[in-house]
Amino acid sequence: MSKMYYRELYCGSPIRFWSGLALLGAFIAIGLGSAYYMEHNGHWVTGMSNQIVWGLPHVFAIFLIVAASGALNVASIGSVFGGPLYKPLGRYSGLLAIGLLAGGLMVLVLDLGRPDRLIVAMTEYNFKSIFAWNVILYSGFFAIVGVYLWTMMDRSVSKFNRPVGFAAFFWRIALTTGTGSIFGFLVAREAYDAAIMAPMFVIMSFSYGLAFFIITLITAYIWGDREIGDLRLTRLKNLLGVFVGAVLYFTLAYNITNLYITQHHGIERFILLDGGIYTQMFWLGQILIGSILPLYLIYSPAFEKSRWAIAAASIAVLIGGFFQIYIIVIGGQAYPMNLFPGKEVVESGFFDGVVASYTPTFPEAALGVAGIAVALAMVAVGARVFKVFPETLEDPNS
Amino acid sequence: MRSSLISKRYFIILLAGLLLSAMSAFGESTFVTKGSRAASLDSCVAPTNVMRRNHMDFLKHGRDDTVLDGVRGLEYSLSECIDCHASTGQSGKAMPVDAEGEFCQECHGYVAVSPACFQCHRTTPEKKGNKYGYHKDESFFVESTSQPAGIQRD
Amino acid sequence: MSKKGDQPSMERRQFIGGTIAAAGAVTIAPGVILHAVADTNQRTEGASSEHRWGMVIDANKCADGCTACVDACNSEHGLTDLGRPETDAAWIRTVKLKDKQTGNISRLPVMCQHCEHPPCVDVCPTNASFKRADGVVLVDRHRCIGCRYCMMACPYKARSFIHEALSDQSVSAPRGKGCVESCTLCVHRIDEGVMQTACQEACDKDGHAAILFGDLKDPNSEISQVLKKYNSVQIRGDLELNTGVRYRNL
Repeated sequence: MSKMYYRELYCGSPIRFWSGLALLGAFIAIGLGSAYYMEHNGHWVTGMSNQIVWGLPHVFAIFLIVAASGALNVASIGSVFGGPLYKPLGRYSGLLAIGLLAGGLMVLVLDLGRPDRLIVAMTEYNFKSIFAWNVILYSGFFAIVGVYLWTMMDRSVSKFNRPVGFAAFFWRIALTTGTGSIFGFLVAREAYDAAIMAPMFVIMSFSYGLAFFIITLITAYIWGDREIGDLRLTRLKNLLGVFVGAVLYFTLAYNITNLYITQHHGIERFILLDGGIYTQMFWLGQILIGSILPLYLIYSPAFEKSRWAIAAASIAVLIGGFFQIYIIVIGGQAYPMNLFPGKEVVESGFFDGVVASYTPTFPEAALGVAGIAVALAMVAVGARVFKVFPETLEDPNS
Repeated sequence: MRSSLISKRYFIILLAGLLLSAMSAFGESTFVTKGSRAASLDSCVAPTNVMRRNHMDFLKHGRDDTVLDGVRGLEYSLSECIDCHASTGQSGKAMPVDAEGEFCQECHGYVAVSPACFQCHRTTPEKKGNKYGYHKDESFFVESTSQPAGIQRD
Repeated sequence: MSKKGDQPSMERRQFIGGTIAAAGAVTIAPGVILHAVADTNQRTEGASSEHRWGMVIDANKCADGCTACVDACNSEHGLTDLGRPETDAAWIRTVKLKDKQTGNISRLPVMCQHCEHPPCVDVCPTNASFKRADGVVLVDRHRCIGCRYCMMACPYKARSFIHEALSDQSVSAPRGKGCVESCTLCVHRIDEGVMQTACQEACDKDGHAAILFGDLKDPNSEISQVLKKYNSVQIRGDLELNTGVRYRNL
């Protein structure tokens, strides 16, 4: 195999690079302004309430955090599982993972009621809380992936690449297990309280992370006027297909389990049949756009070597994944908690027994979009400053 | 090397000047707001210089004792600070202690430390006798019967 | 923990009596005893695991259309109605239920159930949500970062998030933007020996007497006697949280 050279990614035209960065900066500025607006006035200016306590910012944050750990997969396949075709992509995989996590965490932190007390979250730990563990898992992820990148980029420490790669792989599995467990441990609500949430989040991270990776990789190589061979893209594409199928399988298992448990028929009916917007999001967003469409684009012989199809499939996976997390986070809260089994709530001073309404507001969305912009800006700057991308990704021996 | 020495010296002079002016400001003024109960007293619950230096620690210890362990009636209590230090404005209403020119804000503004207490705690003295029961509907207490609570329960 | 053949709460009552005599107390309503406010330097002994405070609520006695307990709670803790029911705080609420099968109607107040094993305490990352030695579940607002995970975890929807900046709070219930809060079981009263919550006071006052507060660990307390004599249930008893608030005739 020919030697791989990495080089800083310079965009074909400097104006394109700087204007692209400026655009991301504008999104970030609007998002930060929105966060200030929400914190200054308090959360009543958002769509969130005492019934829907986690809103759109959490959907964005969880989506980005889950995708972050999945983005590291390509590096893991390269150095842990010994996939030579994936190895040159390892550096970018690590950079994207750090960027996505930073973006997600920014959104999460800026939506806290008291973001000024972040130091409390860093110094006071309740080890029975998966949230406290996640604080450690998320900050540890930065450190481990940072060291991992170092072992990939500095030949003098490259002998540690494999052990560090292993550590990073297990850490990322722990991280997504932790994120999924946020919902898995909630006994109160029927939509959550399922151990399958943890592995489902792991597999979701594989899928979203890879989709993010593929779409940004293609963009970067167009951006920098560099070549990618079909062989690698096909490999990535097929892997994405497997992950999308696996997410679909877990969705099926989760819903079928719930359909078996009589107590959970209500929530299943809500999501699958008569939940209005949530039902539409499930069938149209998650299943049609997020699963069937990408599977068709990936496996149909008609699009065998179409880059357009690969890019479209990745975007569809991301849109579907966003809807999936929206349904989990918001749909799961909107469905009323059953405090009194066998009873119907006639009157309540606090919205018992009714589906909670939630209308996201602009500042919430702007904060979420700023998270994505932070991720992309970090990647754009990182790729320009460090030798992240191989000069060429043409197929070997071609 | 030399230039850095000079700048260091200037810095020290500047610092000394600042300190002096600060000390003279604190030394002469009592900093109790006119019209507050504190203005009529010789000193706070501890000597003034002790309070100036340590009031935050007193309050911090007390808050944990009260919130976590339920110990009340402590020697240092934030609500008592406010009862005593809040001044009465022109309208006859108590001024919030964290308002511009009022007791807490005067120093905290000067040293640029935000008195975070008042993000949650009340900034004016509470009306006496309002500790329990209805706050708004005072007539609630008028027709008081001597029957102890819960006696007619089966 | 409870001392058999002894009445731990009596010591407390005596202590309170002493305080009252010294301070010159005022009785302003049945069962409500006020100390003279000037004398607050009487250091109280604090929460003790010899007690576990709880309530028993008789759903049959909860009167249709009555909101005395809710009003009293709001007033006691300075919870203001901002006209935004979705985001306004509700420490206690009334719920009217109809049995799907039999059509039987019942009504009851719901608030923090002060679980022995509170899910909100388990999930709180910063230990801000905690349970006192005497079983009262509280939020330490000095440590709450406003993540709302406890609100996700609470099976009773007992918690509210403060959605706006506040002023003019009650001294007994400091509260501010960005923190989570819930029923404190009138902990400021308990600590000073007033053995009656604001909601019970109001309910008694209106002549319904549906709420009874007391010490679950003292076998001679009225609440223990009532719970021993009559059948009672916990809301979501299937979760085995061992709530401090029990319901009769539900």
